[in-house]
Amino acid sequence: MSTLSITESVYEAIRAHGEETYPHECCGALLGKPGERGWVVADSVRAGNTRTDSAHNRYNIAPIELVRIQRSAREKGLEIAGFYHSHPDHPAQWSATDFAEAHWLGCSYVITSVAKGKAAVTNSFLLAGTTEEDKRFEQERIQVEDAPDESTEEALQVSTSIRTKGK
Amino acid sequence: MMIYIPTPLRTYAGGKDAVEIGAGTVSEALDSLTSTYPELRKHLFTAEGKVRAFVNLYLNDEDVRYLPEKENSQVSGEDTLSIIPSIAGGRL
Repeated sequence: MSTLSITESVYEAIRAHGEETYPHECCGALLGKPGERGWVVADSVRAGNTRTDSAHNRYNIAPIELVRIQRSAREKGLEIAGFYHSHPDHPAQWSATDFAEAHWLGCSYVITSVAKGKAAVTNSFLLAGTTEEDKRFEQERIQVEDAPDESTEEALQVSTSIRTKGK
Repeated sequence: MMIYIPTPLRTYAGGKDAVEIGAGTVSEALDSLTSTYPELRKHLFTAEGKVRAFVNLYLNDEDVRYLPEKENSQVSGEDTLSIIPSIAGGRL
């Protein structure tokens, strides 16, 4: 099982985004770098949900916004590591629509269930496989880390907290 | 021109996030890109040679599908072409 490492601030930011847009779905991108066990996420970028016709159960990010996010990530020395969205009053599990519309192979898809306006479970799924024909979602462990500070790496390791899904 | 490669396709482009290509049109740029990196072809095009429906091509900030000459649009060395797979989904 791969691991999505994410800073506490980014983790909280994407969950807060889901609460803010409730009862509509939120969406955005995760920026980071590949690590030994999976993506290491350093930043997130909020995106608009263009599915205003059905925002309570659908999301779509405008391609031009993705172009700008990709450009911005590159300038920061980061990559698009994945994407996040919320499921208002619905489990944090990928749906048939999520799977059909998932095309970023090797990237992480993070889903937060938002129950009655409050962020509940957050899960991450790696879009594994090498082609559209053999793609599949594999659940990942989420490792939430405190943001790095000026202290030593040793201190960072000590302060690292690990949370599995379902905060 | 510079072609920007999205995260999932970098594996098939020598690990690069951008590739410099000399070309006169968008179509020529894609031909050149996929000639250099043949493994990219099946990820970008259908068996019939059409750009896959979920693959967006942006010439600078313009969607190539909506340009008057589409993939035959002329390009210069200063232009950028971004390859961006779509992102969508939802709980149902």
